[in-house]
Amino acid sequence: MTRGPVEAVLESPEEGGALLDGPSRPLLSLDDMSVRFALGGRRAGETVHAVTEARLELLPGQVLALVGESGCGKSVLASALLGLLPANAWLRGSARVGGADAEEDVELLSASEQVLAGRIRGRRIGLVPQSAATHLTPVRTARAQLAEAVRELRGHEDDGDVDELAGRVGLDPAALGHYPHELSGGMAQRVVVASALVGEPPVVIADEPTTGLDRPLVDRTMDLLGELANRSRGVLLITHDLSAARRVATHVAVMYASRVVETGPADEVFDRPWHPYTVGLLNALPERGFEPIPGHPPALTELDALEREWGCAFCRRRPDTPGVAACDGTPELVSYGTRSVAAHPPC
Amino acid sequence: MLRASGLVAGYERGKRVLDGVNVDLPRGGVRGLAGPSGCGKSTLARVLALLQRPWAGTVELDGSPIRGFRHAASRRQRTAVGVVFQQPRPAVDPRMPLRRVLEEPLRASGERGVPERVAELTELTGLDGELLGRFPHEVSDGQLQRACLARAIALRPRYLICDEMTGMLDASTTAALVRVVDEQVRVEGTGVLAISHDESLLHAWAGDDVIRL
Ligand SMILES: [Zn+2]
Repeated sequence: MTRGPVEAVLESPEEGGALLDGPSRPLLSLDDMSVRFALGGRRAGETVHAVTEARLELLPGQVLALVGESGCGKSVLASALLGLLPANAWLRGSARVGGADAEEDVELLSASEQVLAGRIRGRRIGLVPQSAATHLTPVRTARAQLAEAVRELRGHEDDGDVDELAGRVGLDPAALGHYPHELSGGMAQRVVVASALVGEPPVVIADEPTTGLDRPLVDRTMDLLGELANRSRGVLLITHDLSAARRVATHVAVMYASRVVETGPADEVFDRPWHPYTVGLLNALPERGFEPIPGHPPALTELDALEREWGCAFCRRRPDTPGVAACDGTPELVSYGTRSVAAHPPC
Repeated sequence: MLRASGLVAGYERGKRVLDGVNVDLPRGGVRGLAGPSGCGKSTLARVLALLQRPWAGTVELDGSPIRGFRHAASRRQRTAVGVVFQQPRPAVDPRMPLRRVLEEPLRASGERGVPERVAELTELTGLDGELLGRFPHEVSDGQLQRACLARAIALRPRYLICDEMTGMLDASTTAALVRVVDEQVRVEGTGVLAISHDESLLHAWAGDDVIRL
């Protein structure tokens, strides 16, 4: 039997909706969302399959970690939600950011740049970008930069707002008088997270927020992002760092070769993975065997042919992973209660 | 042995980050170097790779003191130490296809059999051979880092400095690149310094042989 994720949540309100009185509307729902790029120049005629039929939901209180190898499409997915893709991208399917009721929902994939800039970015979806600290303007103090964001997104000027934001991310307001280069990596990271919160967005997307940070700072950044998830907010954490994801994720989605191949509550997926790719990623962790997955992820330009022939792109790379169900060759995600998996039903 | 004694070094203008550091790197093994960011790990990597002159102290390569750094080092000394950095993109020329990234050190040293060695390196590092004609922006970080590692070992350096080599990579690519380096230790007797802030990685890679800055 298969069930949709919404139904599953209704039946088990303790999953992700623990902070709420009743079933909540998703903050973000992706339905068969695909992203393709048409290549030009000497590769004209080739198409990159960056995201294929992604189906995901983010509920209030959740930290949903989207994990996978570099080049699997996870950062493209984030950029697509924010309307930040280049002109040769085309989008199909649906990605809705949810409001209090259906009338307030906004379809992101067909939204105009005017809607995205005026109503979505910063207001409905806050972004914590990769190498966050470099996004601060070097010639202005942290306070000036936060004050400008407050002016832009809240329409007024108020030092109290800035102090309150600083307090929320554990930043001493006294530190706000400093220029970015005078801040420690941890403080700069907090300023960036505070900037993402100015517009009180219900969704925060963090795109590889820990790249290049050392482990203590990774841990602090993860804890900070974890604290952002509450009764009205969820966090979509995009990362290649499984250890970081394990630290804060309530839910996880594993992406391989443009497709989401497994989703579910984080502890269940990490403790008992169903998809052989998830098994492979976990076994590659230094503390869990340090065993690389043999071979390569397929070229994103050849996925169509590969799936037509093999169904499951991963088992083409590595057939017969021990401990998981035999491959049934369907690339689409199938739901089983609160979890879902492609091609390898739970055994 | 690659040996640094009493190193004092810092950024170009001003800040001192290494103050009297001693490091020995023997051949035929992996030694880990741990420490938080900003502790001078990368400066030490650059000095040991002969890319940066220390303010004071000495570097000795197999018993011979290093007198010149960067272009002032002899070709023989420079090619004896390979280095891989954390970020592959700034480390390659964006106008060069991967094949040329691998060929460059071989041609510069007048090696023979360049295409054969490129094929061998591609195989060794698990680089996808179909990507050799691609430019850096057309491949993932993981594939580009494999190319950077292939370039670093192209001339079979006696020592290899891996400065947060896997810091941007997923778990599987990390484990794969560590295997490539371990194979160099086994086959070529390379002496490897594995620099990372990730203690669990260093423990799995270098065992108890981890020094701290
Ligand atoms: Zn399969």
